Amino acid sequence: MSSIGTGYDLSVTTFSPDGRVFQIEYAAKAVDNSGTVVGIKCKDGIVIGVEKLIASKMMLPGSNRRIHSVHRHSGMGVAGLAADGRQIVARAKSEAHNYESTYGEPIPIKELAERVASYVHLCTLYWWLRPFGSGVILGGYDRDGPQLYMVEPSGVSYRYFGAAIGKGRQSAKTEIEKLKLSEMTCRQGVIEVAKIIYGVHDEAKDKTFELEMSWVCDESNRQHQKVPEALLEEAKAAAKSALEEMDAD
Amino acid sequence: MDRDATADVNAPHSMGTTIIGVTYNGGVILGADSRTSTGLYVANRASDKITQLTDNVYICRSGSAADSQIVSDYVRYFLHQHTIQLGQPATVKVAANLVRLLSYNNKNMLQTGIIVGGWDKYEGGKIYGIPLGGTILEQPFAIGGSGSSYLYGFFDQAWKEGMTKDEAEQLVVKAVSLAIARDGASGGVVRTVTINNEGVTRNFYPGDQLPLWHEEVEAHNSLLDILNASSPEPMST
Repeated sequence: MSSIGTGYDLSVTTFSPDGRVFQIEYAAKAVDNSGTVVGIKCKDGIVIGVEKLIASKMMLPGSNRRIHSVHRHSGMGVAGLAADGRQIVARAKSEAHNYESTYGEPIPIKELAERVASYVHLCTLYWWLRPFGSGVILGGYDRDGPQLYMVEPSGVSYRYFGAAIGKGRQSAKTEIEKLKLSEMTCRQGVIEVAKIIYGVHDEAKDKTFELEMSWVCDESNRQHQKVPEALLEEAKAAAKSALEEMDAD
Repeated sequence: MDRDATADVNAPHSMGTTIIGVTYNGGVILGADSRTSTGLYVANRASDKITQLTDNVYICRSGSAADSQIVSDYVRYFLHQHTIQLGQPATVKVAANLVRLLSYNNKNMLQTGIIVGGWDKYEGGKIYGIPLGGTILEQPFAIGGSGSSYLYGFFDQAWKEGMTKDEAEQLVVKAVSLAIARDGASGGVVRTVTINNEGVTRNFYPGDQLPLWHEEVEAHNSLLDILNASSPEPMST
């Protein structure tokens, strides 16, 4: 559903006659064209996975991380312009830190999501700022349990059971909907997310990719951390064999 | 004795005070005396030192009356905004942290010891003691004010974990009345506030109904009552 907003798309402070702000929609396109980011809420925690498209074989594996820890109890997977995403993460870290300094407890995930969304939205209000060209999937585990939020470049933020952004989001969302998330543990969730990301990766169009995953769950002591090496390998193996099965049909 | 000091009515209001906060199985009980003095003059003999911050968090104030009031006003304001933003009641821990940030950052100008007590759905009943310098300490029970000096040994002996509501209330009333007996800057009535998952209950124990301790004099009716009586009878001891 792309349209050109001739004349009304030059500034983020201009509405089109049909009530759209085109600059924000164009910012969303930057996210849509980037590698897929998937997040799911299992019964005991959150799993985030990223299809990290590798630009050059010279890059060190494990560098250019797309998932960042915001606080002990939360993390963000970033899609879209990497530098923009870095700023959003920096702001989230700062908000989380300030909240804890003032109120003496870790920031509730709902509050964190609201503050991040508010900041992203702020940058769509002034002509001398451009909107962020990245969206984030924020997952965390606080005293109200595990929660998953997604923040779009428009500043909109919703809470989800499962969310996907980036190139393969349509098929990823279809796959997520098939999962019975409320009965799944994060251990199983890691395998499923790996399968989804391998599944949506388009071999023909895109270069190779690296799978990056993180979780925050009871097993990780409610801390946000990279999925342990062993489990990650297991997930990759399961995903690859699932692909081969599909191809074999 | 220095005659001027006895009637220095322009001295700053200070709550000599005995304040107590105690956790029990299901909530907390806050207790306090009711004497506010300016020098040696009792400015208010029935003051309420237990102040509300939110529906579920109250504080006991001691030290300078003005300082403790202004701190509680600020924290009430911050907590109100925080509650709106959060969309649910603030926790006792957050309330206590806001109090200690003010106490600590303004330690050169303030002279107030505060006990924060309340109930929230995550941690249940909690007591936080925030003495003069702005330390914060979560405790199963806390005591403060000038009268508390006389209660350390008492609590060592009488305190136990997991009391019922009535046991805890009796403990608080007994402790405040013991302190009133020995501390000249504490007196008047005993007020208690009980906070649990069901809500908040205020109680009041008039001075003449408090237990008497060693060598204390019993309460008398006012001598003026004799004048109003039909046939005046001599006072009985």
